[in-house]
Amino acid sequence: MAIRVTMKISLAPISYCWSKADVEQFYQQVANSNIDTVYLGETVCGRRRELKFSDYLDLANMLKAHGKHVVLSTMALIEAQSELNELKRAIDNGDFSIEANDMAAVFYAHQAKVPFVCGPTINNYNRASLDLLHQKGMYRFVMPCELSKDWLQAVINTDQKPSFEIEVLGHGYMPLAHSARCFTAKHYQLPKDKCQTICQRHSKGLLAQTQESQPLLRLNGIQTQSAAQVNLINQIPEMITMGVDYWRISPSKLADVNLGHELAALLANLTASDVNQAGELPTKLQPFTPASDQHHCNGYWLGQPGMQYTESAQLAP
Amino acid sequence: MELLCPAGNLTSLKAALNAGADAVYLGLKDDTNARSFAGLNFSVTQLTQATKLAHSQGRKVFLTLNTFPKPGQEHRWYQAVDIAAQLGMDALIVADLSLLSYAHQHYPHLPLHLSVQASATNLGALSFYKEAFNIERAVLPRVLSIKQVRDLAKVSPVDLEVFAFGSLCIMAEGRCHLSSYVTGQSPNTGGSCSPANHVRWQDSGADKLTRLNDVLIDKADASQQLGYPVVCKGRYVAEHEQDAKYLLESPTSLNTLSLLPDLAKAGVASLKIEGRQRSPAYVTQVTQVWRKAIDTYLAAPDSFAEQPQWSQALAKVSEGQITTLGAYERQWQ
Repeated sequence: MAIRVTMKISLAPISYCWSKADVEQFYQQVANSNIDTVYLGETVCGRRRELKFSDYLDLANMLKAHGKHVVLSTMALIEAQSELNELKRAIDNGDFSIEANDMAAVFYAHQAKVPFVCGPTINNYNRASLDLLHQKGMYRFVMPCELSKDWLQAVINTDQKPSFEIEVLGHGYMPLAHSARCFTAKHYQLPKDKCQTICQRHSKGLLAQTQESQPLLRLNGIQTQSAAQVNLINQIPEMITMGVDYWRISPSKLADVNLGHELAALLANLTASDVNQAGELPTKLQPFTPASDQHHCNGYWLGQPGMQYTESAQLAP
Repeated sequence: MELLCPAGNLTSLKAALNAGADAVYLGLKDDTNARSFAGLNFSVTQLTQATKLAHSQGRKVFLTLNTFPKPGQEHRWYQAVDIAAQLGMDALIVADLSLLSYAHQHYPHLPLHLSVQASATNLGALSFYKEAFNIERAVLPRVLSIKQVRDLAKVSPVDLEVFAFGSLCIMAEGRCHLSSYVTGQSPNTGGSCSPANHVRWQDSGADKLTRLNDVLIDKADASQQLGYPVVCKGRYVAEHEQDAKYLLESPTSLNTLSLLPDLAKAGVASLKIEGRQRSPAYVTQVTQVWRKAIDTYLAAPDSFAEQPQWSQALAKVSEGQITTLGAYERQWQ
């Protein structure tokens, strides 16, 4: 019997401040898609209150009813006691596992015996650290975005197979940094405490270009993202071979749900033999390969500066 | 309240001790620390000398091991821990979980300070590291307001150290990939932010340009000063606009002299001066001023006032010659 491909598509939490109506419309579409796993919740700024925790919980239950695996995502930068209280509320939801994006979430999830995923902002830079977090309850980790294929190989290829799952950000704008300062509010000359959640004006962040018109960054409140979207579609076959369990999409528009839907459909019908160089998969992925006029990058995966993009034709087989 | 000063070499170490540092932090000559620059840092022999020298004067010396061990090369970081233990150094400054675990298991009596690169900004994170590795102290990232520092100090299970002076990192440290996005190297992976071999200073007509791996970070005419090109302190153009602005931060540095009484009252255990990459003259200048300020405060806490000559002396060695309170001041945020 042919061995089926087990890699699944996951959807990262929306990292921007969208209206409640837009968020609900987005997840309605997700509910009707082939996407396997959905991360849900505010990860960037506690001042964003378009959706309350109970709204996210409603969405989580709706998605679960549609057969999705739901994980509740938590904040990356936690400074105030009120934010810790919110975090504990998420951990104590009684049903869903959580995505820890700060060590505080690891601490409280471990205490509450709630299994967790380590998100990309937890500093996992070697196998011993990953094994240590696994002992604390981590069942999956999202590779920090600045790490590479070679790094991942070195972490997987040891005497003992990892007892946790591996997720890699395959598509979307990358979270590069978090600050106390809100760059969007600063741009509009608003104090952070009276920001009017002005970041809502920029549904995929505020683009910052160099003085030579090179797109460099996207300012998303206190978060700084890459101006280029990471795009590892052509690397899906090698990720399957390596044993990557989840290929993550970080959404910035409704159409990203379609991408996830179609990729998931494609993966569901593959066998291991389709994945190799001569197999079906590389050909089937071609329609998804980015057009050259779009701004994409894959440098980190290739062990280069993150902003760079190398077309697969130029990559050694 | 401890005054903790940087040393990039033995001359700087002596400068710091002579100027009144209570403790000095330093790193080995490799990428086990995030100031991995050519010509900087200590060989094992120099580290031995440095430790003896500091201890002979009754001062402390900490080893900075604030990068993340690379798969397959972990032993180099473990060896550094062994060296510090054998030399009887006073503490390790560590960010990585596996390295904290190694040090805690093998040398339970060697104090562990949680590096700023571990990005612990709240009670939950501090409790995690205390419980798992019995850390003694944590260095707070430069993202908290003075009120938040005060609130955290009240409940913290460990001593707190804060940045008092030096280059201003405006991101949660240890979680910033801006440098590697442009150059492929970051403090976490390659040992430094904006590595010098990717930096280019250029003249273009009447303008001066700074580039990082060819990306234009800033441009200025002859009358303006350009800072060292780090991504967060560049001048960029926001969408729908024409003019380039410092969209994240301008080239400024941190100076918290005016907050000294607040930090002392909050119970902060140690004030850290940034700058292992800076000259012995910088170390002398900054250490002297802070020594004077701390002693003045402790002699008469209620009548403490920041002396204008202190700030003037510090401004001379500040990046861009402009200083800020950074995130300590809510308005900055």
